[in-house]
Amino acid sequence: MTSPLQQKIKITGPSVVTANRTWDGVVIYRDAHKGWTTDLAEAAIVRTADDARALLAESTADDVGAIGPYIAPVAVNDNGTVEPGNLREQIRRKGVTIDLPASA
Amino acid sequence: MYAYDEIDRTLINERVSEFRDQVKRRLAGELTEDEFKMLRLMNGVYLQLHAYMFRVAIPYGTLSSPQLRKMAHVARRYDRGYGHFTTRQNIQFNWIKLADLPDALEDLASVGIHAMQTSGNCTRNVTTDQWAGVAPGEVEDPRIWAELLRQYSTMHPEFSFLPRKFKIAITASAHDRAAIKVHDIGLRIHKNEAGETGFEVLVGGGLGRTPFIGKVIKPFVHGRDILSYVESILRVYNQYGRRDNIYKARIKILVHELGIEKFAAEVEDEWLATRESSLTLDNEVVEDIRSRFSYPHYQKLSDTPDELAAASADPHFARWLKNSVAPHQRTGYAIVTLSLKPVGGPPGDATADQMDAVADLADKYSFGEIRVGHEQNLALPSVARRDLPALWRQLDKLGLATPNVNLVTDIIACPGLDYCSLANTRSIPIAQELTRRFANNDLAELIGRLHINISGCINACGHHHVGHIGILGVEKNGEEFFQITIGGRADEHAVVGTLIGPAVPFAEVADVIEDIVEAYLALRARPDELFVQTVERLGVEPFKERVYATR
Repeated sequence: MTSPLQQKIKITGPSVVTANRTWDGVVIYRDAHKGWTTDLAEAAIVRTADDARALLAESTADDVGAIGPYIAPVAVNDNGTVEPGNLREQIRRKGVTIDLPASA
Repeated sequence: MYAYDEIDRTLINERVSEFRDQVKRRLAGELTEDEFKMLRLMNGVYLQLHAYMFRVAIPYGTLSSPQLRKMAHVARRYDRGYGHFTTRQNIQFNWIKLADLPDALEDLASVGIHAMQTSGNCTRNVTTDQWAGVAPGEVEDPRIWAELLRQYSTMHPEFSFLPRKFKIAITASAHDRAAIKVHDIGLRIHKNEAGETGFEVLVGGGLGRTPFIGKVIKPFVHGRDILSYVESILRVYNQYGRRDNIYKARIKILVHELGIEKFAAEVEDEWLATRESSLTLDNEVVEDIRSRFSYPHYQKLSDTPDELAAASADPHFARWLKNSVAPHQRTGYAIVTLSLKPVGGPPGDATADQMDAVADLADKYSFGEIRVGHEQNLALPSVARRDLPALWRQLDKLGLATPNVNLVTDIIACPGLDYCSLANTRSIPIAQELTRRFANNDLAELIGRLHINISGCINACGHHHVGHIGILGVEKNGEEFFQITIGGRADEHAVVGTLIGPAVPFAEVADVIEDIVEAYLALRARPDELFVQTVERLGVEPFKERVYATR
């Protein structure tokens, strides 16, 4: 596997590193304290390719806690709130867009 | 039902113990994800958008009532109370925790269910006709051969790391309900002039990025030689199949690039050198497998019982009877399809409560047996016709009597971007909207047989290429768009559908499908000309014109 330090990373705007938690698969985001959070609002936001590469590298090093970290776009609103940057990430954050089948 | 022997049970239980240890080591950090990934995939464990997904095999689509109850238990205890039946006779649980998986696997193993061959570059779960053993006119029960192939291919050391996954499907009926022509190997059971059982062997079918209809490689392979012949195909594929490019790694690409004649010659050379081997199936072996299948003790019953005549006065029952009930090999019995396509529901999903209830109904009305079809519906294979009214009343209460089998709302759909990490677009909301648009049963019957298949990406898990109407999700500049094909079919006349024009946005898909259906109703030569027949007769142009004239 190519190390994040060797990867060509291109970002077009504010981004976060996201992954799935190893023991249960839940969506997580890398925070600014070298840990993981399930809350996008607490995610570390990077704005340059170098910062993204560094955040991805430290995330990838935590192979026990997280699976498949990658850089994902976010939108930072004027009031500072953070939203996922595309539909895939919206679904990962908010869950499926349909009602789950419910037992009677 | 097939009864596992001690070897099978030991194998399954050992696999549970191995996986428990592997999960423990992964969670302790002794295995990296790179090391663990292949191990979890060999046990049907994928990572999807929100969680792990656990895919469990339903070999040849046959379940006993205790097995279905155990699936309900897994859904309830370890997941979110439902499961999703796939297009390859598997069930998927979408929210399972890695830490819980060994326990779930152990619970399933207690009823002979496992997740082997549901992932990885091996021979996958061998599928067949969900009406196997009960379909009128069937040459013989294809599950005997599916089971032989299952035993042969499970953990086969030479073929556990093929260039890519490998799918085999078998049918023994003239009407192909197993989509054998879009499998890596398709097997059609028939008899030779001497009355001996054999197989027409097709190779190189498949969907995905590059769809191909399977080609006949040998018109008749005797039953005794089928394992050696399949092995010869696998060996040639294993040797020459591409491993440098995942998009060109399936056997369909090899067959296409070599040409069927050259590929067949390679297989023939291999087969002639190896056919006289331990793989030759003598009658005793086949009969031993056959003897492990138990069949119902049917009674002598009437095809026209009084109960049926009385209930048929109810138009709701009569409609269900017409659309969901099919003839059986035995007089007095019927095959009942349980639609998992309610109006507004996700195709193929069943709740734990529904699974438990279906298991109970199977015990009461169908000798404890349930079938799973690639169209993502369930079936009770052997219901006495006198019991149909009582069964219908109970299915209706459970939401499993939607009278839409093979009609426009009997939609095949992959999980799409709501769940799948490979998907570009959502599939389920498109299916849900279409079921609402065509919810009127009179309209659906007026339209007649029409299969809509939806895939959320080019991997084609929703078999869009072979839908009468195929819908493929593509992403354009961050937006969901959908390409529409028409004229595809997955049966014995399998053909890949034709694209009608530019992709349309998410919000317009249902309108476009309505336009296509309206065009069909106006264009068909007679009321019983099916949609695919009209497309075959007229081509795509009239439909294209209708869809794009105002867009």
